[in-house]
Amino acid sequence: MTPPNQQRLWRFHGGLHLPDNKAQSLGRELTQATVPQRLILPLQQHIGEEDKPLVAVGERVLKGQMIARSKAYISAPIHAPTSGTVASIGPEPIPHPSGLVATCIVIEPDGEDAWAELPEPMDDYQQRDRADLRERVRWAGIVGLGGAAFPTSVKLNPGPNVRIKTLIINGAECEPYITCDDMLMRTRAPRIVSGIKILKHLLEVEECLIGIEDNKPVAIAAMRQAVTDAGLQKTRVVTIPTLYPSGGEKQLIHILTGKEVPSHAIPAQIGVVCHNVGTTAAIADAVLEGKPLLSRIVTLTGDGVAEPRNLEALIGTPVSDLIAQAGGYTNAVYKLILGGPMMGIALHTDAVPLTKAANCLLVASREEAPDPSPVRPCIRCGECARVCPVSLLPQQMYWYARAKDFDKVQAYNLFDCIECGCCSHVCPAHLPLVQFYRFAKNEIWAQEEEKRKAEQARQRHEARQARLERLERERKAKLRKKKEALEKKKGAGGKEQDAKKAAIEAAMKRVAEKKAAAAAPKNTEGLTPAQQRQVDNAEARRRAAETEGEQEK
Amino acid sequence: MEFPTETSPHTARPNSVDTVMLRVILALIPGIVAMVWYFGWGTLINILLASITAVTAEALVMKLRHKPVLFAISDLSAVVTAMLFAIAVPPLLPWWLTVLGVLFAIVVVKQLYGGLGYNPFNPAMAAYVLLLISYPVDMTNWLPPRMLNDHPLGFIQTLHTIFAGHLPAGLTWDTVSGATPLDEMRTQLDMNRMISEIRQSPLWGDFGARGWEWIGNWFLLGGLWLLYKRVISWHIPVSMLSGLIVMAGLFYIADPNTHPFPLFHMFSGGAILGAFFIATDPVTAATTKKGQIIYGAAIGVLVFLIRTFGGYPDAVAFAVLLMNLAAPTIDYYTQPRVFGHKRGQT
Repeated sequence: MTPPNQQRLWRFHGGLHLPDNKAQSLGRELTQATVPQRLILPLQQHIGEEDKPLVAVGERVLKGQMIARSKAYISAPIHAPTSGTVASIGPEPIPHPSGLVATCIVIEPDGEDAWAELPEPMDDYQQRDRADLRERVRWAGIVGLGGAAFPTSVKLNPGPNVRIKTLIINGAECEPYITCDDMLMRTRAPRIVSGIKILKHLLEVEECLIGIEDNKPVAIAAMRQAVTDAGLQKTRVVTIPTLYPSGGEKQLIHILTGKEVPSHAIPAQIGVVCHNVGTTAAIADAVLEGKPLLSRIVTLTGDGVAEPRNLEALIGTPVSDLIAQAGGYTNAVYKLILGGPMMGIALHTDAVPLTKAANCLLVASREEAPDPSPVRPCIRCGECARVCPVSLLPQQMYWYARAKDFDKVQAYNLFDCIECGCCSHVCPAHLPLVQFYRFAKNEIWAQEEEKRKAEQARQRHEARQARLERLERERKAKLRKKKEALEKKKGAGGKEQDAKKAAIEAAMKRVAEKKAAAAAPKNTEGLTPAQQRQVDNAEARRRAAETEGEQEK
Repeated sequence: MEFPTETSPHTARPNSVDTVMLRVILALIPGIVAMVWYFGWGTLINILLASITAVTAEALVMKLRHKPVLFAISDLSAVVTAMLFAIAVPPLLPWWLTVLGVLFAIVVVKQLYGGLGYNPFNPAMAAYVLLLISYPVDMTNWLPPRMLNDHPLGFIQTLHTIFAGHLPAGLTWDTVSGATPLDEMRTQLDMNRMISEIRQSPLWGDFGARGWEWIGNWFLLGGLWLLYKRVISWHIPVSMLSGLIVMAGLFYIADPNTHPFPLFHMFSGGAILGAFFIATDPVTAATTKKGQIIYGAAIGVLVFLIRTFGGYPDAVAFAVLLMNLAAPTIDYYTQPRVFGHKRGQT
């Protein structure tokens, strides 16, 4: 039976009906978490460029003050979640599958919760320039709160030639255990609807579809009421069947519109933009109140925590603080998972902070999240292909990933895999299939990086080689020119030589003459004829004597 | 506090290879009970002998390969192979042939190719074919079903026959054994007799031969349970039986005097067992859904062609092995369209 405002739905291939385990954390009211002793704010809480700190250690910061930002387009700034002092800026453990540390700004709250001066509310956003609205969202540090953490402002700017036809609001929350979006829709539907209004204006879209899985009747009712109250046109809350992973962006778009986002493309290419309900509410806060993203709702659930519930907590609150506020650990605690059981990452410590994208902390018992059982060989049963929401052949990809045949594994469309975990879940051989795909993807990225670097090195080497060759050529050319100049000089230099010779000869002549003159008696010039005669006689005598002397010898 | 880290998904796995194999074994039981009912204890003895041989052989090879022995044999795949082989061979097959066949299946066809998951050919069928062409007389010595058998053998007598190799005093092979219905049909047709004449014999029941058709029904029941439990999907059984029935139907329409009614084909020989338990062996079959339909239909067509025009009365083993060869190619050309890709673009 289709309700009157229900529309046609499409079905994606495969998927899984999983026990939803959502009731546990919905039994308690949404409460505000207390402000912790220390707030740890990683500089990278989004996809894109890491932020740079804008504050120094020891500096006092006010609530809402921007404390880190990046100039890169794909990035999101970070704000102080409360007022206090910057205690340190340095490496702290962050939520990461490998247990990495990363640079964080640590704030010690002063308890005053004093606000910084905030930008003015934009109640009249309909009259504002869309670029200003986008800038506001960008300033507010909003990222996809469904878990992807992609900077929202980037998604709001599909480009000049892209016409967005449909806005999709993702309230599917398909992964088991997680209820933060459900809780948000139950408690703050009007705020989400305000966000939808802003988004519709910003993206200039007529149609908006809000997709919610049918296991959330309370949220569906609340959202329908809010849409009606707001009098939003062409905006419908659409109940979709509970089927994992219908909350995947491309899957939800397909369910609601029948359109497939092309492989390796973004939804904007088919005229669709999709935002999570939490993100939408954060946009409303930023635009209508001038508030940046300082807190979020997070689900604490699982058999390992005493009082499963949803908390609204400041970004940066340590996970251990949150768990303490959910009654602490039970004896059954075994694993700590950030996110849901299908795609979440297992944390090795609870000393990590809550980040913007952290939707759920699943404190699982051994029964809920058992150790991986021993692996058997693949029997090629094809269950993995049956459940794959992307219609891949996981088994084939597994064989090739295992054989490290990365060309083949890409030919089987490895990069269309969304790592939803359906194939691993059903595999009778208990193969960690998704892990093989992550491995293959990482290897391929590493190879690409290597290739890029090698290419760069090659280009550099070639450039250097070319430069050296050019220098050598230039040197040779210079030499040749010189030589040629010399040769030319030689050709033209014949006369010069003669001139020189003549000069030398003349000089020699002069010397000889001088010598001859020197040999003559000095006081013989200007003589009278008589004196000359006397001289001549004397000379004659001397000569005679000389001749005699010679004869005597 | 410190926690163990593993990669997602973190869920308890609902399925396992052991469960899959166990379910196949369970699904075979109704058919086996029917076989014991109609043909005596031989099949049961063969199953036990084959299973022991298979598990021992598997354990030895795993030890040689320095792999955990208990873990490997606990997957029950060797037992499934042994059971399928023992069901396919005549109930009074000499013990050493059963042992030889199973050793060939496990050691050569399965383990020499890498063990579970790596063998390109169905081990039970490869072993069956090896014995059929090497020992054609022993392999075609079937028994008549109980209502047509004047000299049914007791448990001890059967045991004695299988292990000592000779029949109880006063009985000869000619009195005890009989041809399979498919064999009988072939022989009679080769003598240019009409179907209507042939079917006068008390051998025949409603569709196939008496006894045999009921065994087919019980295996069908087990197969349907496997479908219900999602151990197998409908693609291969339905397409294989359709291929067989369509071919048989076309020839039947063309000449009903020399070609038996299509359901005769379905309920004779190994058609049902093959469709639900042998062609569906995931390791050696096609894995894409479209591929499985092609694979199954081709087996069905081949079964009919070999039964009708080939040298052997039954053909499931040959047809399955031939299509095992084609499975990788079929898979390659039948990849599904990936989400977000255009049709025809992989």
